[in-house]
Parts: sequence; C-alpha cells; structure tokens
Amino acid sequence: MSLISEQSQLPVAASEPPFRHGGDVPPPLGRWNLDRLLLTKEIEEHLLYEADLLDQWKYRDWLELTTSDIRYWAPIRRNVRYGQWEREQSSELAELAWFDDNRATLEMRVRQLESGIHWAEEPLSRVCHVISGVRLIAASPSEDAADEVCVRSRFVVYRNHQEDEESLFLGKREDVLRRGDSGWQLARRSIFIDQSVLLSQNLTILL
Amino acid sequence: MTRMAHQYFDRELGLLDRAAYRSQDIFDRELTTVFARTWLFVGHESQVPHPNDFFASRMGADHVVLTRDKAGEIHVLLNTCRHKGMRVVRYDEGNTPVFTCPYHAWSYSTDGKIAKVPGQLVGVQSYQDSYCRQLDKVQWGLVNARVQVYKGAVFATWDHDGPDLLEYLGDMKLYLDSLLDSQDGSEGGTEVIPGVIKWRLYANWKACSENFVGDPLHGVSHRSVEIADIGPGGVSGASRHGMEAERERLPWLMVSFEDKGHGILSTAPYEVTDANADIFPNFQNPVGPLDRPDVVDAYFRETARKRPANHAGRLSTGMYQSVGGIFPNMSFHTMFPRTIAVWHPIAPGVTEGWRWCVVDKAAPQEVKDTARHHFMRYSGPTGLTEQDDMENWSYLTEATRGPIARRFPYNYQAGLHAERTEPSLAGATVSDLKNTELSLRGFYVAWQRHLNSADGADRADSAGESR
Repeated sequence: MSLISEQSQLPVAASEPPFRHGGDVPPPLGRWNLDRLLLTKEIEEHLLYEADLLDQWKYRDWLELTTSDIRYWAPIRRNVRYGQWEREQSSELAELAWFDDNRATLEMRVRQLESGIHWAEEPLSRVCHVISGVRLIAASPSEDAADEVCVRSRFVVYRNHQEDEESLFLGKREDVLRRGDSGWQLARRSIFIDQSVLLSQNLTILL
Repeated sequence: MTRMAHQYFDRELGLLDRAAYRSQDIFDRELTTVFARTWLFVGHESQVPHPNDFFASRMGADHVVLTRDKAGEIHVLLNTCRHKGMRVVRYDEGNTPVFTCPYHAWSYSTDGKIAKVPGQLVGVQSYQDSYCRQLDKVQWGLVNARVQVYKGAVFATWDHDGPDLLEYLGDMKLYLDSLLDSQDGSEGGTEVIPGVIKWRLYANWKACSENFVGDPLHGVSHRSVEIADIGPGGVSGASRHGMEAERERLPWLMVSFEDKGHGILSTAPYEVTDANADIFPNFQNPVGPLDRPDVVDAYFRETARKRPANHAGRLSTGMYQSVGGIFPNMSFHTMFPRTIAVWHPIAPGVTEGWRWCVVDKAAPQEVKDTARHHFMRYSGPTGLTEQDDMENWSYLTEATRGPIARRFPYNYQAGLHAERTEPSLAGATVSDLKNTELSLRGFYVAWQRHLNSADGADRADSAGESR
C-alpha cells in the first residue's frame, strides 16, 4: 500500500499507518550534524508559516503550498480490544475517514470558505494552530540536499466561534514535504485526531 | 400517575412551543415515551458479518450491543451488567463469544450451546460458594430488545407488545426500499461502508430529525456548497447531488405519515419504466482521489437498464432523489451520497450524530470508492454540506435559552393550505407543493402523541423487568 505518492523518493515504506497503537516507531536519525539541524529548522519554519496562513484565513495561499498530487487524510479512531490495533484507525483504502482529500476537494473547501456564506465559518472563527514536537523522520536523497522529507509533529488547534463556542483539536501529524520551485510543498498529510467521537460539531478548518 | 398532557404543538396553527427544544422535563419524558417505545435503527447487518461479531450502539439514552450469534441470528442486548450496571461491552466493535463484565466478571453469551436465551448469564464468580448455585442465570441475563431486520437494516424496540416493524413503517416502507434495495431494482442487496462517523453537536435532536423528515426550504443553508460545486461528477451547476435538472423529471411529492411521524420529500409511487429508469446523477469528471466517473457512470447505466424488469410488479419511489426520516431519529438520503443518520439524544441541547454510507454490495470497488469519497466531503462535521446544517441547528437551540425568546413559538405554517391525501399511500397526507412544512407538522403530531402517552411510558419503564 503506497500511501505517500508515486512520485515519492523517500526510503520510508511504511507497512502500517503512523501513530498506530503498538505500531512501529521510527527511531531518531542518529548523531546530530549541522545539515540535519538546518534542514529540521527549515522544515519547522515552513510548518509555522503554514500555521500562520491558516490562522489568518489565507487558505488560498496555503493551497499554493501543496503539491498537485496532495493527499490529506484523517482517519476515524475506534475503541478496540488490546492488540487489535489494525482496527483502531479506519483504513485509508476501504473505510470512512474525517478527511480524505486531494487537491480538487481541498480547493472546494477553500471556494466554500471564500463564498462568504459558509455559515459554519461566517463570521470567521478565531483559530490558533500550536505546532510543536517537529521531528525529522527521513530525508531524500540526503540531509544536505533534501528535496523530499517525512516529518512528524504535534498539534493543538483552538477554535473560538461566535461568542462562546470552543473547539479543541489535539493530535499528531505525519507529513511528506517536497521541495518545489518556490519552496516546500505538502505532498501528504496524515492527521490523527485523538478523539473517537468528535466532540466538536464542526471541523471547518484544516489541521 | 397522571402525566402532563400539555400541548406543545398546535397542528391547526402550525406552531411549536420552543420548550420542546429546551425543557429537561420534556427531554426526560421523550426518553421513555418516544425512545423506549418506538422502533430505532441500531445498525446494519453488514457491520456484523461473522458469528460473534458485535457493534456497540445506542437506543435513545441506553447503550446496547448489536451482535450476531453462532447460528447467524441478530440480537440487540442492553449493554449494562445485570449485577452492578457496568457496561459489559467497552469496544466500538469486535468479535467475542462471551461478554464479560470488567467489574465482577459476570459473563453473558448468545451461544445456544451454553445459553438457553440470547445474552444469558453463563458465568458468575463464586457461583457455588456465594450464590449456592441458586442465582437464576436466565432471569439475570442481559436484557434483550425486540429485533427485526429489514433488508439488512437492524431495528430494535423495547416495546415487546407494540406493532411489528412493518406495521410501524406502514407505507413509508416503500421509501425505505429506495435506500435499501439495489440500484438495479432487485430487493435488498445493500451494505454499509465500514466506519461510522460519530460526533457531538450542540442542538436538540429534533432539530436534526425534522431537517430530514421534510425541510425543503433550507436551500440558503447550502448555497455555499453549490457555489463551491461539490457535486459528485465534477459538473458545474449539477448540484451537490449531481442531478439538479434530472430531479425535475418526476414530480416532487412531500409525504407525511402523521399517524406515525415518518416523512419524506420524494415522488409519488410510480412504475419503473425505461422512460424514468434513466434518472440518475451525472458523472463526468473525477473529483475525489479515487473517483472513477467512467466506471460509476457505466454502473448506473447498467443498473438502470435492469431496473424496469427487476422492479416489475412493485412500485418505486424517489430512487436517487429522496431525503426523509423514520420517526423518531433515523434519517436517510436515497440520492448520491446514499446515507443513513441517527440522532442520539444526549441532553436537551446535546445530540450525538452517527452517519453511515450505503452502497450496493455488488457494485464494483470503484463505485464504492467514489461513493465513499463523496460521502466524506458531504456528511458530518467535516462534510461541506452538513457543517452549515449543524451551525443552524445548534444556534437555534441555543436561542431557546432566553425567557423572552421562549415565549415565541416556531412557525411550521408553510404549505398549510395545500395538503391532500394520496390513494396510493395508506395513511399519508401529501403535498404537491415542494416547499411545504407538511412533514414537519406530521412529525410533531406523532411526537406530541407519544409525549402524552402515559401508558407508553409505564410500559417502557417496566419493559426489562418482565424479561
């Protein structure tokens, strides 16, 4: 199952989705060197730039930071018996998910927001993406000349709508970023929201 | 005991007291007079395909478990230990021959080899020493709901003496058929795509139910998705269901079963012919990541060709173009996406929505994948269409808090002047006017009648004790 994309050159061939209970955890890349430090810092800044765009509702600009073959996926989480963890996340290829978007459907979300009559976001909410725990998982072809990376991060996203409606989305992401002509672009984002029943009535924003 | 017989809904004037959405007392009475008496959708057979499979569900405020025994029979058991009440099933789904309570290990089974009745108590800690083997294991089994399966859809009720499911559905069954029958017109043959969307919304459950039962007037809610062209076939202006123009070819009919509370915006029952079997959504361009409009279009064309022959002798209703609801809290679309929703009451202003996607079992994987992806961008809290529904339902519920606002009833008067009976539908009041609130009025007539039924509450309250 190739979850990343046919174009991907990354050495990660995940046999299972990331962050699965009891699943494989990629170990640290080893002794730090300057190339890795600079690359990690560069990626971290890119993720924070993305967060700024999303928090300031510059969704169309955010779209520009995605590749034409982007996949944006957030599985449903389930309560399952110890050890039956292959059922803990909904399967990408056969089951329902919170999100399973490509460039075209992400663009629909953006067009809807831009209509000015998307009532769940009219007036716009106040949103704060807190992104932390950025961890480089893999770089291709090398850390000093990377044009594709796999990176993990944690997110806490707060949304305040109208007067007192509050939503809090917490979880993990695993991203694949590719270097384009004008900088890094998101080729794949897997989002693991740490709730089984979503406790917010709307998830109108991107995570 | 005298129950309050207050009228919250005035049928003649089409007015509903806002207390219906706010009052804790009304909510508590709904749990017994509505949810403990009516047939409720608890899940689909395809969610428990193998012996000992189970799926944890809800019936009103009660937790239940839908399970299939070794002999293939479906059961719905109250998910509460008969000892101290702990939930015996704590997983959303799974497979087990025995449900063991994590507190004191009382164990229950549906296996006919060890249990005389489904859900019977089969294991009790210290059975010999502490109970002298005197505890009656049949009497202390998990409480069974009454279950009936219709074309794969599993319904259950606590009212063991009431009407059976088909009687409860009445001629609404004809409309449920267009959800549960195959596209080629053969009976049944549908399944749900694995995975259930579950989320909390901060609205009264009736605000959700009534929207499906028959509210064609909320187009402005969804204007933004039409602007964004979210339709399944990537065709501009084809609407979010991909068939705006096609839908006009069969006359609309709003149907309300006022004696039951079901309602639907659909068509009158009609004979399937070559002249109407070709009414289906437009699939031209891929939209979602796995969309295969060529395969989907071919499947719709092929099934449409077979439909007149397979449907001969039976009337059809609103295939691909209905949105309706089975009283009290099951909603469905027969269009694209084909969906089921259930609105579980949590509190007067809190509802838990569950959402399933229905497909033909025999459809090619490409058709299922396209349907699945359209469903995901349409439905639930991440769905472009329904996000805006939830916004309306929750903020109108919130607005019942003000004591002054509460003095002013909701208006359900649209189409009050245009109602008639329809000879082909027993017990139905219908309207040829598309923009009517006829079915909402029918929903609240049934709701009011349940609310005032003291005997219903008493029967339901004691339902488990006699089992």
